[in-house]
Amino acid sequence: MQAAALRPGTAGPGPWIAFGLILAFLLVFLILPVGTVIYTAFVNEGGVLTLGHFANFFSQGVFRESFFNSLWVALAATFFASVIAVPLAYLTVRFEFRGALLIQTLGVLPLIMPPFVGAVALQLIFGRSGSVNLLLDDWFGFTIPIMDGLVGVTFVESIHYFPFILLNLVAAMRNIDGAMEESALNLGARGWRLFRRVIFPLAMPGYLAGAALVFVKVFDDLGTPLVMGVTNMLAPQAYLRITSVGVDDPLGYVISVIMIAFSILALWMAARVMKGKDYATLQKGGSALQKRRLTAWESALAYGWMVLILLVTLAPHIGILLMSFAKVWSFSVLPDAYTLEHYGTVFSDANHMIGNTLLYCLLAAGLDVVIGTAIAYLILRTQLPARRWLDYLASAALAIPGLVLAIGYLRLFKGMNLPFTETPLVGTWVLIMLAYAVRRLPYALRSCMAALQQVHVSLEEAAQSLGATRLSTIRRVMVPLMAGGILAGFVTSFITAAVELSATLLLASTESQAPMSYGIYLYMQSISGRGPGAALGVLAVVVVGLGTYFSHRFVERSRATVQAKQEG
Amino acid sequence: MHLNKVSLEARHISLSYGSTEVLRDVNLKIEPGEFFALLGPSGSGKSTLLRLIAGFNQHQRGELLVDGQDITGTPPHARNVGMVFQNYALWPHMTVWDNVAFGLVERRETKDAIRRKVGAVLELVGLAAYAQRRPGQLSGGQQQRVALARTVVIEPKLLLLDEPLSNLDKQLRVQMREELKNLQRKLGLTTIFVTHDQEEAMTTADRMAVLDKGILQQVGAAAGLYDFPVNRFVAGFVGTANLLEGEVTAVGGETLTFRVQGVGELTLPRPEVPPPLGAMALAFRPHQVSIRVRDEQVDASRLWLNGRVESAEFLGEFSRYRVRVGEVAMVTDQPHYAGLAMFAPGAEVRLGIEPTQVRFLDR
Repeated sequence: MQAAALRPGTAGPGPWIAFGLILAFLLVFLILPVGTVIYTAFVNEGGVLTLGHFANFFSQGVFRESFFNSLWVALAATFFASVIAVPLAYLTVRFEFRGALLIQTLGVLPLIMPPFVGAVALQLIFGRSGSVNLLLDDWFGFTIPIMDGLVGVTFVESIHYFPFILLNLVAAMRNIDGAMEESALNLGARGWRLFRRVIFPLAMPGYLAGAALVFVKVFDDLGTPLVMGVTNMLAPQAYLRITSVGVDDPLGYVISVIMIAFSILALWMAARVMKGKDYATLQKGGSALQKRRLTAWESALAYGWMVLILLVTLAPHIGILLMSFAKVWSFSVLPDAYTLEHYGTVFSDANHMIGNTLLYCLLAAGLDVVIGTAIAYLILRTQLPARRWLDYLASAALAIPGLVLAIGYLRLFKGMNLPFTETPLVGTWVLIMLAYAVRRLPYALRSCMAALQQVHVSLEEAAQSLGATRLSTIRRVMVPLMAGGILAGFVTSFITAAVELSATLLLASTESQAPMSYGIYLYMQSISGRGPGAALGVLAVVVVGLGTYFSHRFVERSRATVQAKQEG
Repeated sequence: MHLNKVSLEARHISLSYGSTEVLRDVNLKIEPGEFFALLGPSGSGKSTLLRLIAGFNQHQRGELLVDGQDITGTPPHARNVGMVFQNYALWPHMTVWDNVAFGLVERRETKDAIRRKVGAVLELVGLAAYAQRRPGQLSGGQQQRVALARTVVIEPKLLLLDEPLSNLDKQLRVQMREELKNLQRKLGLTTIFVTHDQEEAMTTADRMAVLDKGILQQVGAAAGLYDFPVNRFVAGFVGTANLLEGEVTAVGGETLTFRVQGVGELTLPRPEVPPPLGAMALAFRPHQVSIRVRDEQVDASRLWLNGRVESAEFLGEFSRYRVRVGEVAMVTDQPHYAGLAMFAPGAEVRLGIEPTQVRFLDR
C-alpha cells in the first residue's frame, strides 16, 4: 500500500538539478564518445554515410580471421567456464559436505588477479617450457601445448572468468524455495527429472546472467591476448590499428562497433530469455533447498574435481609469487635462486605507479558512489519523469569495452584543452580517471540501489514527519543506513579500476602517469622486467584481495544492522 | 506537556493514481482532542487518507484544513503532524535516545531543552532505563513506545497512528490499547488512527469513520454505527449481520410487509420513520435471533420462521448456527452454559427474530 512515496507537491528543484548534472556527465563522458566511435565507423572522409569501412574490414583476410577467432574464443571460454562452474555450484547448494568453504574461496581467487597478469604466470606453469610440461617431458616424454595461441587465450580466460557463473548460479540456487522442491517431490518428481523440470529452470536466470557476462568480458578483453602475443583477435587488432596507424584509421572504429554490437547482443539475449522468469524467490520464513549427504564415492569424485580446479586456479598465484622472488627462472621446474631485489626495484622505480593507481582509482570510485547514490535516490525516492533512463544510460557502460571508450575519448577530446589552461585534455590523467569512473559506474550503481532498497521508505518518512527537510533526511537517515552498501560499491569500483588495462593502454600517454596495471604490462614486455612486473602484480593482487575481503565484510555488516531492526 | 488541541477537516477530497480512484469526495470533521479511528478493509483508502494528512500523499481535489487553515501543498516536514508508522520505522543506526531526540535536533532546540524533553517523554512511556539501547535490542511493545515517544516529543498538532497494534501479539495488543488510550487522554492530542480491526476501533476511539472503496460510508460513535448502520457494508463490517434481500410491499398504520426473496412475506412493526416502498435489505444481528426446537412454546412478540440447521460451531461464549430458512441462510448466536445441548446439523428448528432490532437498509 505504501510502496511508493508520492510527493509531487514537495519535489522542489534539488532532484532536477541532480538529474541534469548526472545526465550531462553521462552524455559527455559516455554517450558522446561512444556515439563518435559509431559515427566514425559509418562515414567516409567526406562525412557521407557509408558501409564501405565494414566492406573493407570483411574483405581483408586478417580481419575476418580475427573476428571469428574472437567469437570462437569467447564461446569456448564461456563453455569451459560453465563446465568448471556448474558442478561446483550444484555441489555447494545441494550437498552437505565440508568443501563449501573451499568452493567459496575458489569463487574469489581468480577474480583478484588481473587476467593479463594471470596469463604471464600461467605461461611459467603450463607454458611450452613451463613447470608442468618440463615434468611431463621428463617423466613421460610428451608435452601439452595448452598455453599456445587461441587455445591458450581460451584456457586463461576460462580459468579467470568462471567465478562469474559460479557466484551467480550459487546465488540463484540458494534463492530457490525449498518448498518448491518439496512440492515437486510430493507430486512424484525425483532425481534427474526433479533437477531438469524444477531446479534447473529456477536457476536458469542466474546461470544466464553469469554466462553472458563471461562472453562479453572475454570478447572485449585486450590485455590477455596482447600479453600472450596473440594479435589475430579483434581487440588487439583495434589496439594495433589505433596505436600504429593513428586515431583517424576507420578500421579501429569498425572493430569497436562490432565489439559493442556483440556485447549488447549477448546481454540483450540473456535479458530476453530471463524476462519475467526471475521467479526464484525465497519466501520470508521459507527454507532453502534440502541438502543431502554424499556417498563415499560421490564425495571422492567431488573432492577430486574441486582439488583439480583449485590447483589450476591457484597456479597463476603461485607462479606470480615465485616469479616475483625468482632470480633466474627459465627452463626449470622451479626458480634456480631467490631474491628480494624485484620488490626493491618496484618500490624505488615504480613508486609513482602505485601512487597513480591510488589517486585515479580513489577519485573514480568516489565519483561512482556519489553518482550511484544520487541515481538510486532519484529512481527509488522521486517521481521524476524519465528517471529510469539514468539507470539505463549508466548501465549501458557494461556493454562498452574499455578499449572502445578510450578510442572515443581520444577522438572526441582531440584538440581540446583542460578548462582555463593550455594543457591538452588528451594526455592528462583526468581522462584515465574518468574512463575508470564511467566503466565502473554500473557496479557502484547496483550496490547503491541494493543498499537503498533495503532501507524501508517509512524510515525516511518518519524523519520528514518529525520536521527533517529532504537534505537533512538524506544526511541523517538515508546515507548512514546505506553506508555499508555505499562503501562496498566504492571498494568494488576501486579494485576493479585498479586492474583495468584496456582503456589505460590507450589513454596513458607518458610513463609518469602510468598506474600499476600499465606498469605491470610495461615490465612484462621485456624478459628482464618480468621480476619487477611480477612483484608489482603481487602487490596488485594483495590490494584487490584485501579490498574484496573488506567490501564483503561491509555488506554483511550493514545487512545485519538493517535486518536486526526490521525483524526485531 | 501542554499541547494545543486542533481540529481537522477534510472537504471534498479526491485522490487517484492514474485511473484508479483511491479516495472519492471525502468529507470529514474531527474535533479538537478527539481520538478518531479510520476503519476499513485493506484497499479501502484509509491508509492513503492518513498519509495524505501527514503529507506523503497529495490529493488532486479538495481541501485539508487544520484549525481552519488549508495545509494542502505544505511539505511533510513543515506540517508538524506526528506519525507513528505500522513498522515503527525506528532508525537502527541510532540509540533510543537519539531516535527520540531527532525531531528536536531538527528544530534546532538547545541541548538543555532536548535533554529535558527527551528525558521526560521516555519517563512518560516508561523507557528511561533503555535510552542507550538500539531499537533492535527492544521487544515489539518497547519499540512501539519509542515510536510514540519520538512522535509526541515534538509536540505535534496531530498524532497519526498507522495500524499501531497490528505488529503485536494478541495479549500485548490489548495492553497497548489501554496504554495508548491513557496516553492520549493525558496529552489531549487530536489523534487519528487507522485500523482494519473493528474491535480495536470500537474499544479505543471516541468516534470512527468507516471507509470502503475510497468512499466514506458512515461516521459516528461505536454504538451508533453498530445499532444504526446506514448501509449493507457498514452493517456487515462493524459487527456481524444477517442481511435478507427483499422489498417493502406495503406500509400500514401499525405494521409493514416485507417480502424476503426465497422466504416469503414477513409482517413487522412499523418503525417511527417508515422505509419507502421498494427493494432493500433487512439487517439484524445473530445474537438477536433465538433458536428453538419446532414444537416448543414460543414468545409471541418475536417473529418466528421455520428452518433446518446446516452447521454448528462451538465458540465457548456462544454457539453459532447456520440455519436454512426457505432459500436463504441465517446465522444465530446462542449464549452457552455448561450442560446446554447443541442442535445437530439437520435438526428442524424455529428462529425467532426480535422485530424492534431489525433495520431496513436501502443502500
